Amino acid sequence: MQKKSLFSEFTKGIIKENPVLCLVLGTCPTLAVTTSASNAIGMGIAATAVLVCSNAVISLLRKVIPDKVRIPAYITIIAGFVTIVQMVVKAFSPAINDALGIYLPLIVVNCIILGRAEMYASKNPVLPSILDGLGMGVGFTAALLCMGIIRELLGSGSVFGVQLLPVQILIFILPPGGFFVFGMLIMIANKLNGRKGKKAKASPCDGCPLSTNCNKREEGVLDAD
Amino acid sequence: MDTKLYVSSSPHFRSNATTRRIMLDVIIALMPTAVAACIIFGMQALSLIAICVAGCVLLEYISRKIMKRDTTIGDLSAVVTGLLLALNLPVNIHPLIALFGCLVAIVVVKQMFGGIGMNFVNPALAARIVLLVSFPSQMMSWVVPFWYQKADAITAATPLAAEKGTYSYITLLLGNHGGSIGEVCAAALILGGIYLLIRRVISPIIPCVYIVSAALMSLCVGADPLYQILSGGLMLGAIFMATDYTTSPVTVWGKVIYAVGCGVLTILLRSFSNMPEGVSFSILLMNILTPLIERVTIPRTLGFVKQKKGEKK
Repeated sequence: MQKKSLFSEFTKGIIKENPVLCLVLGTCPTLAVTTSASNAIGMGIAATAVLVCSNAVISLLRKVIPDKVRIPAYITIIAGFVTIVQMVVKAFSPAINDALGIYLPLIVVNCIILGRAEMYASKNPVLPSILDGLGMGVGFTAALLCMGIIRELLGSGSVFGVQLLPVQILIFILPPGGFFVFGMLIMIANKLNGRKGKKAKASPCDGCPLSTNCNKREEGVLDAD
Repeated sequence: MDTKLYVSSSPHFRSNATTRRIMLDVIIALMPTAVAACIIFGMQALSLIAICVAGCVLLEYISRKIMKRDTTIGDLSAVVTGLLLALNLPVNIHPLIALFGCLVAIVVVKQMFGGIGMNFVNPALAARIVLLVSFPSQMMSWVVPFWYQKADAITAATPLAAEKGTYSYITLLLGNHGGSIGEVCAAALILGGIYLLIRRVISPIIPCVYIVSAALMSLCVGADPLYQILSGGLMLGAIFMATDYTTSPVTVWGKVIYAVGCGVLTILLRSFSNMPEGVSFSILLMNILTPLIERVTIPRTLGFVKQKKGEKK
């Protein structure tokens, strides 16, 4: 039983609670760095490393950190790991460091990492916290990789720098294309999770072309029935 | 004699205007422009129009089928979108790029937001802008008119990109210059606009205010007003694009604000941006602002007294 639940701690981040596609956290790096598949992988691995380490340390210190100053404490821990990761990336892969630019140090304020620290690591023991961080990191990397491959394939006609298509639809490597691919992936993730959109409530205002801008409905004038 | 007594709730009088009839009027109004395009740019223009119309209708049919909704190709709105999209493209564009434009217009902008009446921007314009951003070189290579009578196609600058005074007003009016296939012949567009006004399909407010405000704004920035109005896509935009029912305000003052915004932005973009043309971007921006404009200009209900500030309900 214990083993199974540990395994589910790991897998929940991949599809069911995918941080990007279901919780819609960390969208800024998601949209900014996914112009190519290799950037996406670099970002995903860097964030995963920080997430696993910070989850582990915060979980270890969860009984020591006073409740009132927990957010500054988490930020300090996360910032420490981000600095380490940035130094490692700079030393071993300067090209990725250049490509990710400001988004690498900005992992400090990535909602996913702070979110997992607050929601999970501060309440759970070390092992599940590490697995949770790993699962969320893998989910983040997978979502980024999907976006990176789609955007690079359509926008520059290549994947990981290998030219595959003769045409380039430039809009896919520009911000509007990023938002579009992001929306499509959220749609697919919702479909996989079996979520359905809410049905609109019927109202007497529905037939009126001005109903979306008219404030009568909010004022309750027409809700007399 | 029909002696049946019908009992129904109001309204009891209905106008016989249906979506289909209005769209048919728009298609008729676009015919002079389409014919002019075919005369100026040859049979390739005709095939481009055919590809776009067929692509839009087919994609509308397929997407409605996939979404399990009723088929709406009978209301001819997809034909109008296809026609407008084709008129917004240069004649030598690759057919697959044109089809990609149809996909953006019908599937992404129109059907994903719920079909006719639900699109937040004009589908044909959005498709044009997506193509312009995605394929800048193909979208901005303009061949000279009557190129098919010459040995091979020669590209030329549009009046907006060319040196000032290259083209006379008559040339601009008749369309003997480079540009998108539907925007070159201003005379044909004006003819179509007059037809729409007579049939009361569009109200004169948006096109007139658009053109007047663009002219005034050109005076302000020191450009030739008549040259600015007759060149580029301004006529096509003012008469056929900005007047789209779904994406323009319904209130009178809303229409005025909307059209002034379009006109001013068009000239500002033409004068100060690095794009030669600003019509599509300005109309798209005002399309998005339409709900806000309607909110501000909503007419007061008869007998409705505005509540004073601080007064309790």
